[in-house]
Amino acid sequence: MLIRYSIRRLLETIPTLFIISVIVFSLVLLIPGDRVLVMLGYSGGDIADVISKEVYAAMEIRLGVNDPIPLQYVRWLGRALQGDLGTSPLHAIPVMDIILARLPATIYLALASIILGTLIAIPLGVAAAVKQNTWVDHLANGVVLFGLVTPGFWVALMLVLLFGVYLGWLPTFGYTAPQDDFVEFLRHITLPTIVLALDFASNVIRFIRTDFIEQMREDYVRTARAKGLSERLVIWKHIFKNSMLATVTVLGFDISRLMGGSTVIESLFAYPGISFLLLQSIFNRDFATVQGVVIFIALMVVFMNYLADILYALLNPRIRYE
Amino acid sequence: MAILDVQNLTVDFLLDDGGTLRAVDGTSFTIDSGEVLGLVGESGSGKSVTALSIMRLLDSQADITAGRIIFDGEDLAQKSEAEMRTIRGQRISMIFQEPMTSLNPAYTVGDQVSEVFRQHLHMGFGESKRRAIEMFERVKIPRAKDTYGKFPHEFSGGMRQRVMIAIALACGPDLLIADEPTTALDVTIQAQVLSVIQDLQHDMGLALLFISHDLEVVAQMCDKVAVMYGARLMEVGESTSLFAGPRHPYTDGLLRSIPRRGQPLTPIAGTIFDLRSPPDGCRFHPRCPYAEDRCRRETPELRALEPAGDGRLAACHFPLAGAGAKA
Ligand SMILES: Nc1ncnc2c1ncn2[C@@H]1O[C@H](COP(=O)(O)OP(=O)(O)OP(=O)(O)O)[C@@H](O)[C@H]1O
Ligand SMILES: [Mg+2]
Repeated sequence: MLIRYSIRRLLETIPTLFIISVIVFSLVLLIPGDRVLVMLGYSGGDIADVISKEVYAAMEIRLGVNDPIPLQYVRWLGRALQGDLGTSPLHAIPVMDIILARLPATIYLALASIILGTLIAIPLGVAAAVKQNTWVDHLANGVVLFGLVTPGFWVALMLVLLFGVYLGWLPTFGYTAPQDDFVEFLRHITLPTIVLALDFASNVIRFIRTDFIEQMREDYVRTARAKGLSERLVIWKHIFKNSMLATVTVLGFDISRLMGGSTVIESLFAYPGISFLLLQSIFNRDFATVQGVVIFIALMVVFMNYLADILYALLNPRIRYE
Repeated sequence: MAILDVQNLTVDFLLDDGGTLRAVDGTSFTIDSGEVLGLVGESGSGKSVTALSIMRLLDSQADITAGRIIFDGEDLAQKSEAEMRTIRGQRISMIFQEPMTSLNPAYTVGDQVSEVFRQHLHMGFGESKRRAIEMFERVKIPRAKDTYGKFPHEFSGGMRQRVMIAIALACGPDLLIADEPTTALDVTIQAQVLSVIQDLQHDMGLALLFISHDLEVVAQMCDKVAVMYGARLMEVGESTSLFAGPRHPYTDGLLRSIPRRGQPLTPIAGTIFDLRSPPDGCRFHPRCPYAEDRCRRETPELRALEPAGDGRLAACHFPLAGAGAKA
């Protein structure tokens, strides 16, 4: 049942992916100027100085600028599906290679933030709901408000000042791959993870608290108590599973938000993930890379939402039969 | 010997505006082992609050402010939450009015029944599963084995209420509280579920507190009946004689408002008072056709009536004559 559902949901992401591909393709069409030059990273000055006739001609052929746009799109999509995202004029290597080199850093950061955020959010959100108007509730409320009113970059700067500059405990920029030096990897990933996790957690806490309070009023909770179950079972077995059902559906959203937030945070910490790459590429007018990165980020968001859907189905006995 | 002896139970709600509301006011009744007591009364009269007080499952705004709830010789009103947990679901169980929402939608019905065995009898998963399937058979759920792994949404209201009964009776309690267990069901289903309750009550020798506003059902199910009006008991008595000859004008009014072929329908005049400001004297006096001056001033206590011996109690200054008066 679940496998069939997973496949069906996977197929249902195809229209989304199609729309994303159209948008990404069109982005470059919207940039004013000669598209061949744009894709070659030309940024003013005398063309002949920077770009040879041969390079220009090769790009003209690759883009097929004189063909009808739909045909250009189909050709572009065909190449993209085969993993050919073009070549970065800046780095002179395939965009795919650049992205794949940077992708792990972003995935590690996203996963670490989601895990840390969840580890903070679930106990705090549940405790806040169960012990309303106690110090835990106030603490949770504090985290939520902090996450809402303080922009991520400000938190990042404060953390950099405190742990990096003042205390000198942690590096404030850069990255080390885990396979090279795991401890250094952890040290580098800590600060950006905290910033993203706090933002993620503050949203999730708010949601869990509200939902949990609602769930506690449900009849099935009274039944669980009437059975003589301990409060621990009532909360962490009976209410928790129902509440997670609702929470998982918002996790998809929050993860998308997290990916957006990571652009700023990766840049601030000079953390070489694909979000930072995106920003760098925009500044460098490296549109081939921009296109490639946007596709990847979109893919990741779609995939995360897909995972949230599957998790929801796993928790919800009803959905598999609908 | 009474398994449950409720004495002068009083429950107050603290309202949001700072006021208090007495939802149960000095209620006393007993249930013997194996006996069925019907608790009847209009909506809002305090039946559910009485039941939840016995379970000690009242909302946090509610408080048992006076009285004793003697169950098997011990006062439940004095028990700690931990002590109550060993009693709930094992020695006293409760089923509720809303079968559609009373089960947890996220767990299989099998798990929800076997959980009780694991909690109270410390059984393992295999043993508790076997026992749960046995319970499904006892409440006459068809294909009990296949039922185990199904979820509540796969069942109708009647079947869900049977699952609730299976949960409630799993550990063989001494007392079952059924709070309008069939009100939400179709008439035909209602009869089936009632017969399941009745059969099991009989087989297991259960004491049963059966709450309902359906007097016909109460007449058929119960040995004894207690009639509640505005947080107080108005009349208590043996079921057949009480229905044949009510002594309290409120009970009389209730019985007259049941639609019966060939008889004019005479609902009780007026509406129930607001519990935040109960009338002085007898609470029923504003609606009572026999009310006199004394009824407006003096609150009648629930007391044994003449002729003594039939165990009839009524809270009325001027009780009706009983069986003779109706003719
Ligand atoms: N949570 C609450 N807050 C305030 N008052 C309450 C609350 N629950 C119940 N009450 C009051 O207690 C009174 C008795 O309620 P109860 O639920 O026992 O009535 P009932 O006899 O079971 O009625 P019904 O037949 O509708 O189930 C109600 O009139 C209501 O005013
Ligand atoms: Mg009720």
